[in-house]
Amino acid sequence: MFGKLSLSAIPFHEPIIMGTLLMVCLGGAALLGWVTYQRKWGYLWSEWFTTVDHKRIGIMYVILALVMLLRGFADAIMMRAQQAIASADAAGYLPPHHYDQIFTAHGVIMIFFVAMPFVVGLMNLVVPLQIGARDVAYPFLNSLSYWLTASGVVLVMLSMFVGDFAATGWLAYPPLSELKFSPTVGVDYYIWALQLSGLGTTLSGINFVVTILRMRTPGMKLMQMPVFTWTALVTNILIVAAFPVLTVALALLAADRYLDMHFFTNELGGNAMLYINLIWIWGHPEVYILILPAFGAFSEIVATFSGKPLFGYKSMVYATAGIGVLSFLVWLHHFFTMGSGADVNAFFGITTMIISVPTGVKLFNWLFTMYRGRIRFTLPMMWTVAFMVTFTIGGMTGVLMAVPGADFVLHNSLFLIAHFHNVIIGGVLFGMFAAVNYWFPKAFGFKLEERWGKASFWCWVVGFYMAFMPLYVLGLMGMTRRMNHYANPAWQPYLIVAAAGAGIIALGIGFMVLQFVVSIRNRAENRDLTGDPWGGRTLEWSTSSPAPFYNFAVLPQVEELDQFWADKEHKRAYRRQERYADIHMPRNTGVGVFMAAFGTVLGFAMIWHIWWLAVAGLLGMVGSFITRAYDTDVDYYVPGAEVEKIERARLIPQPGIDHVDPAKAGQKVA
Amino acid sequence: MSNVITADHGTVAHGHDEHHDDGSKTLLGFWIYLMSDCLIFSALFATFAALANATAGGPTGKELFDLPYVGGETLLLLVSSFTFGVAMLNMHAGKRNKVMAWLFITFLFGASFVAMEVHEFAHLINEGAGPSRSAFLSSYFTLVGTHGLHVTCGLIWIVVMMDMVRRFGLNDAVTRRLSCLSLFWHFLDVVWICVFTIVYLRGVL
Amino acid sequence: MSSQHAHALAADHQHANHGSLKSYIVGFILSIVLTAMSFGCVMSGAVPHDLILPGIVVLCVAQVLVQLIFFLHLSAKPGQRDNLSIGVFTLLIIAIVVVGSLWVLHNMNVNMMHPVPTMSSGSIG
Repeated sequence: MFGKLSLSAIPFHEPIIMGTLLMVCLGGAALLGWVTYQRKWGYLWSEWFTTVDHKRIGIMYVILALVMLLRGFADAIMMRAQQAIASADAAGYLPPHHYDQIFTAHGVIMIFFVAMPFVVGLMNLVVPLQIGARDVAYPFLNSLSYWLTASGVVLVMLSMFVGDFAATGWLAYPPLSELKFSPTVGVDYYIWALQLSGLGTTLSGINFVVTILRMRTPGMKLMQMPVFTWTALVTNILIVAAFPVLTVALALLAADRYLDMHFFTNELGGNAMLYINLIWIWGHPEVYILILPAFGAFSEIVATFSGKPLFGYKSMVYATAGIGVLSFLVWLHHFFTMGSGADVNAFFGITTMIISVPTGVKLFNWLFTMYRGRIRFTLPMMWTVAFMVTFTIGGMTGVLMAVPGADFVLHNSLFLIAHFHNVIIGGVLFGMFAAVNYWFPKAFGFKLEERWGKASFWCWVVGFYMAFMPLYVLGLMGMTRRMNHYANPAWQPYLIVAAAGAGIIALGIGFMVLQFVVSIRNRAENRDLTGDPWGGRTLEWSTSSPAPFYNFAVLPQVEELDQFWADKEHKRAYRRQERYADIHMPRNTGVGVFMAAFGTVLGFAMIWHIWWLAVAGLLGMVGSFITRAYDTDVDYYVPGAEVEKIERARLIPQPGIDHVDPAKAGQKVA
Repeated sequence: MSNVITADHGTVAHGHDEHHDDGSKTLLGFWIYLMSDCLIFSALFATFAALANATAGGPTGKELFDLPYVGGETLLLLVSSFTFGVAMLNMHAGKRNKVMAWLFITFLFGASFVAMEVHEFAHLINEGAGPSRSAFLSSYFTLVGTHGLHVTCGLIWIVVMMDMVRRFGLNDAVTRRLSCLSLFWHFLDVVWICVFTIVYLRGVL
Repeated sequence: MSSQHAHALAADHQHANHGSLKSYIVGFILSIVLTAMSFGCVMSGAVPHDLILPGIVVLCVAQVLVQLIFFLHLSAKPGQRDNLSIGVFTLLIIAIVVVGSLWVLHNMNVNMMHPVPTMSSGSIG
């Protein structure tokens, strides 16, 4: 009846897990209780859970990412603590099996459930506004994508308390991840969580490619799109091209585990190297899927806060497209040591070195944009500068490892760990923090305050260097990754420093939470009434903050790059209309929530081999999809009169904002 | 599948609506989906090619594959592609009943194809050449089975569309979805051409 | 743009792309012929063994093109250009994925799998 599931699946004997479960239950109960007390369930359901508004979906993605960042970071600090003490005779406090699950969960969560939702959320929030669209191409699919990602999150979080998680490393290499060597449900949780969220990500990718290709405002040519939109376009093309390969790799692993097939087993002709090859064909484009939107955000921020057009717009676009194609030609550098031979390794080593060239072009473009600009060191700009320094170091260590000979020494050492944290924290995460500070007023109508933000910034930067620079040294000293315990006492001092660094990052996260709390409390003084708090250049700043649900009352006409900036210069921005036309909008729908809920049931049932429930989940998913297809009431028109009311309310109170001086833009508008 | 939000505009005439979708947006999105599906198949083909000789002492393709049988399957799929084309021509001509009739004929051919494939698989498994026998057979069953699964989804979709044509007639939404289904159905034909060439014909060489 | 106007445009647009009974018949006959030739190549025994594999690959490519043109109506016409360029890009990625994987795995098998003769170089499709 319940497959492999029984009460013994809950790890009652693990005090750490049970403590966490207690905290989660208490915290969850408090949250649910508070929402009930405030009578907000109806509001949450009708305004947020069922929304098809890309801005709200974007916000939900970012909230999901931030919550999962806390979980992923909790894993990180547990590992740092373990390694700081588990030297020589000391065993540390984490048993090996638990430790293995923690480093697996840390990697999976940080990539799939922090970085990805962060990036997708940001694109959701910004792209339609930047291209002057009222929504994405397929609003319902967008909602479905979000909830499928949430399904993946639910399964990963559930794995902590019911059963266990994969103890295989974040890519679940076979033969370790085969049933023979990982007989518990951990790898199954991994497979189904990633398949569900991967489906959501692929749908998002299709959605955004069509949105950018087909829904640009009248007149906007491809070469007039903001750079962030360009990076989003390339990222989504990469998503559509790369995620199917991940789907296949995981499906074949599932076939091995569920149907006794032999793709990657040691017996009967299976070939584990095939899995590693496939997963990295997805895996390398994936890191560019994450970093490109961050590059885009930095480009917008640098141009805005230097008060200049972006230097080398065209080279930026070509560099982005070039990175997009090249990212498909470097995957083997993740397994130089697997024995492909000199010619193959040389080919992929050289392509890896080549891909650093367009990235270098971008860095110089940002530097030249800042050169002789009137730079305002706001928080987004500080994150950008920190990124430029940190990412350059990470990039250079990457090129170092692109040399196959050097990689034989550095492969799977802490040097590698330091390298990719250097580019992912220094690149993606700093980029997302910069972007959150930059676009927050557009999402919520008030700016984030700077004092706690700066405290958080400095803790993150200092903490990052303290936590990861020692790992480079340890890598060169020969320490490999994923060690639960080590015998060499010479490593311990470095690991203690690294643990202290992680502690400083924890402070940074704490201050960031404080920054949000204080900003929300003091929102009245940081209110953005102009819609253009930074003196921006792109279309999203031409509408109000927060943007109305229809984004633009009248679709902007675009004839050049940075049209909004030109309009402000010529004092033709913020024109009031005599009369507003009706606006065609999609209706909210709960089908995405239901489908994802059935998907979660399907995944959970498959994990525990509860076949009848799996069939029910699948039928539920397909059934709600087909039911949706019969629903003809999917959209409506906002009457022009209502648009007029909203727009009048926005444009009347500030007669003086026809032209925003960038030098004064940081100040409050009276 | 084709469930994507856009208005059923036929009835309302609004003066000013720049984001009016004539269906081309949906078709572009569906085309991109097909391309991503194409990549799923290409990864499966790469897997099959890499494991083609990994028979682990078990039966090889040469011993297992029955080419005349595969030729029959191919014929069914080709004819179904043609009949779907005729259904689409009738759709453009606005002939609702003929659309349903030709969709039904397509369904019959598609269903026969799936039936033949299921029979083939059952036969192989009975002979002890199931997917657990060797890496080669795992990849064979997975590649061909994934195609068969797609055809099955297509069949379900055809049934749903027949019902929609019956209920709603050939309105914008139904036309758009039929166009997507048409792309899907012909695309499966294209994949099958690669399957019979690379899996079956090359397999018996 | 009025709804009627959009409708007319859409109709025009589709008219250019949905083909005719004649094109479906031509495509169908070509497909049948090419399929028959592929199977004939392998089953008749009349074709020299070395030429069979290149022969069926060429016939396969030809038939894929026939289906793309006659059934999927892919062309370089303005309305189809996006689809075509997306298709060409997909082809590039497919080539990278398939050729790259086989190249990589072939080399690994050669270098790392000496004792297992069944995994030797013959596995390249």
